[in-house]
Amino acid sequence: MKRTTLFVTVFSLLVVLGGIYAVMTPEEKILRLATTTSTYDSGLLDYIIPVFEEKYNIEVQIISVGTGQAITNGERGDVDVIMVHSPEAELKFIDKRYGIDRYCVMYNDFVIVGPAEDPAGIKGMNIKDAMGVISDQEAIFVSRGDDSGTHKKELKLWKASGMMPAGSWYLESGDGMGMTLQLASEKGAYTLTDRATFTFRKKTLDLEILVDGDIGLLNPYGIIAVNPDMHPSVDYESATDFIDWFKEPLTQQLIAQYRVDGEQLFTPLNGECIGG
Amino acid sequence: MGVIIEGFVEASRLILTLDPEIVAITWLSLKVSVSAVVLGFILAMPIALALSFYNFPGKQFLVNIVNTLMGLPPVVVGLFVYLILSASGPLGFMQLLYSPAAMIIAQLIIVIPIIAAISYNSISSLDSRLKETAVSLGANNLQAMWLLIMEARKGIVTSIIAGFGAAISEVGAIFIVGGNIRFHTRALTTAIMLETRRGQFELAIALGIILLAMAFAVNIILTRYQARGIPR
Repeated sequence: MKRTTLFVTVFSLLVVLGGIYAVMTPEEKILRLATTTSTYDSGLLDYIIPVFEEKYNIEVQIISVGTGQAITNGERGDVDVIMVHSPEAELKFIDKRYGIDRYCVMYNDFVIVGPAEDPAGIKGMNIKDAMGVISDQEAIFVSRGDDSGTHKKELKLWKASGMMPAGSWYLESGDGMGMTLQLASEKGAYTLTDRATFTFRKKTLDLEILVDGDIGLLNPYGIIAVNPDMHPSVDYESATDFIDWFKEPLTQQLIAQYRVDGEQLFTPLNGECIGG
Repeated sequence: MGVIIEGFVEASRLILTLDPEIVAITWLSLKVSVSAVVLGFILAMPIALALSFYNFPGKQFLVNIVNTLMGLPPVVVGLFVYLILSASGPLGFMQLLYSPAAMIIAQLIIVIPIIAAISYNSISSLDSRLKETAVSLGANNLQAMWLLIMEARKGIVTSIIAGFGAAISEVGAIFIVGGNIRFHTRALTTAIMLETRRGQFELAIALGIILLAMAFAVNIILTRYQARGIPR
């Protein structure tokens, strides 16, 4: 009987390992990019990445998460390159030696959206006053609450307006921008969003832009390679190809060309960093 | 309501035109979940048989553990498998993260306790005289085990159906360890999540309908075995 048990155990293990090996099909060159939901969900990457894949014969695998998780993926060496939007977190990532070769790719801007009736009356205000009024009137505000680039920006804006967001009016969705907008729309609430995701999603939302155009609302995106000295397993060569490709005028032009419903979503930065 | 109806229309269109991306997503879902259930069955049956065939100290405790693991939160399994397979984790050198293999491993962990617990339950609820009679009639242990499996096959097929249902509908774990990469690790459930996030509700509903239809088809095949019995 013992022999049978041993046989069954060994056989099962072999089958499991064989099964895992069978699906581990060998592939051509692959670049892993962790990026934020705003670049992926807005369709920009689906628009521009095939051009890179064609030219360099490298398959780009995109993992679309929040800035916080994208940076953690980079720190753990699970991806080769990251594209995120939080200048401070990007510089910290580089200071800790996890990232190198940062390039400032493009920007769009953040906007405050809310119901058309605008119960707190913030339409047209500057961002500092608008945040103050929302907090004073305890108008419902939905926060990402997920350590994403947008969440970090929101916390900075509260701080700049001298407010501490807390109370039953302040909801944390803990979800991506799309779901957070959906939640704000259902609740008739205000929220901070990047313009790209809002433009892409607005058809299904009862929200409109109430505050925008403030210099404090710029939203720059940076691309950073994972340092091969920290994680020898990353494909630094392909990451460098990828970053170099973003520096090409043609790529920058492609970014400016991307439109949703006739609206431009991102503006190329040509390497000029803003906000750090 | 409009969205749901449009979802049905969209689902029929995607199925009828055999949209290549949808076919790839559906195929991956099926491949991952069927692999996890087949491997899970092979690993869970020895556990179920050992528990129903042998008496040993701490057996009841072990049964309780297996029963509890049936309720493992998938997202916790995903996080655990991520940390193990991550480049900075103990098995990082295998480079399995963000691959279908990682998704199978995560689903395997979810499926094993389900199949083991339900199979054990159906085998152990058989009349205990069955085994004794078989042995007294000259059956050896292996033959007796086979007899028990055949007698309990209804419950065992149920365990496979339950395991497959858990695997195919699971989203949290495979999102974390698979990364929802287009043409690579995007399954039906993670695609539904993405399209919901993108506000493409018709497409999300359509994918949900395809998922249900596929689960239904698999169930019909499995239930046939349950009703007719497996040829001996």
